[in-house]
Amino acid sequence: MVIEMTERFEPKIVGFLCKWCAYTGADLAGTSRIKYPPNVYPIRVNCSGRVDPTLVLKALSTGADGVLIAGCHPGDCHYTNGNVKTIRRFMVLQKMLDQFGIERERVRLEWVSASEGERYARIVESMTEEIRALGPLNWKAKLEVAA
Amino acid sequence: MTKPKFAFNWASSCGGCEIAIFELGTKLVDVANKIDIVFWPAVFDYKYSDLEAMPDKSIDVAFFNGAIQNSENEHVAKLLRAKSKMLVAFGACAYCGGIPALANTTNRDQIFASSYLETATTDNTEKVFPQSNVQVAEGELTIPEFYNTVKTLDQTVDVDYYVPGCPPVGEQVSKVINQFVEGGLPSRGAVLGASEKSLCHECKRVKTDRKITKIVRTYQTIQDPEKCLLEQGIICMGPATRGGCGSICLDANMPCRGCYGPLPNVIDQGGKMLSALSSVFDADTEEDIQKLADSVVDPIGTFYRFSLARSLMRRTRP
Repeated sequence: MVIEMTERFEPKIVGFLCKWCAYTGADLAGTSRIKYPPNVYPIRVNCSGRVDPTLVLKALSTGADGVLIAGCHPGDCHYTNGNVKTIRRFMVLQKMLDQFGIERERVRLEWVSASEGERYARIVESMTEEIRALGPLNWKAKLEVAA
Repeated sequence: MTKPKFAFNWASSCGGCEIAIFELGTKLVDVANKIDIVFWPAVFDYKYSDLEAMPDKSIDVAFFNGAIQNSENEHVAKLLRAKSKMLVAFGACAYCGGIPALANTTNRDQIFASSYLETATTDNTEKVFPQSNVQVAEGELTIPEFYNTVKTLDQTVDVDYYVPGCPPVGEQVSKVINQFVEGGLPSRGAVLGASEKSLCHECKRVKTDRKITKIVRTYQTIQDPEKCLLEQGIICMGPATRGGCGSICLDANMPCRGCYGPLPNVIDQGGKMLSALSSVFDADTEEDIQKLADSVVDPIGTFYRFSLARSLMRRTRP
């Protein structure tokens, strides 16, 4: 049998997942053995409201092709309204990333409850495919070329 | 006793940092008595060849203002680094990129196109652009090469100390010069002539509820002179900006624009300001939040007005 190896771009996506919902949801996707792409590097945070814009910018500027921020559905936040604070930051951040020339598909804010393993898997799947279609971001290397 | 040798240089900047030194007024005479100025092109007739002729490390302190936007800026930065024991990034441009670094939202081709073709008063039918080298009958003419991306001084050469401000306020300038003359310098890499806390700590305006339902610009509102500007919906960079300037803009009823740069241990001033501003939004539904977010007209130009070169992204997508 001949296995054909093709060079396919595998996006690197940094995932900031809230400890109470999204991370537990991702855990459920794993324990339920749901199949989904391995492209998200999950980082557990206490609340999606803890995701400082600096973290997103740092990820994008140091090699990530995309960033996923995922937290509890609005109304379900463990800290009452941490995720509302996330929306406020995210919407201004989105506008700023537009200016930086970063496609909206690369940075996503999603709600995943602890019981939504399937939903988490589908989000990762669609995000991976969208970013794969966009191609690598390669911020650092392009900065050097643009000097 | 031999007086310490000082150098001052002006790279890609407006010249305001030179004025900041003159702002010392009569104190300048006292300063001039304590130091020996060996290089200061803005004031005395020096040539770069004079600087090249000096032995390495013969200058004690070099104050460098301005960002690095062309090959001349880079050349002099490297020269001064070699000739000086201590190199100081003086002012917002040398420290964080300053206003010139807003050029990083575009690129060389676009800058040339708008400067040499598109402006209403430009008549350039032959589409002549500046060239670094031109051959004429008398020989080769050269001008510095213009770079695509503006850099800070420390992205070009090693820097020993930083003095923020656009320009640094006079009082702080004389303090800093004294630190170099009389001693009392903190460890290498420190930011001099500024405080370790945010501007809000020294701002005299009253801060209360910190909730805003709309964003306005200074001309669109009649402001309460006692109250925090951010609470009145005017974007003020105070929360994300280092203090030490004496909040002079706020005293003149203008919001802080962020020239004193990021706070200690902050790597990205704009990201922190984005965070601070959106946290005072008094909106809970996506629709209301979107409306507020949309009213931030120019996020990069507002949050990174003086620090785009020293930010994580450094420029818009190349």
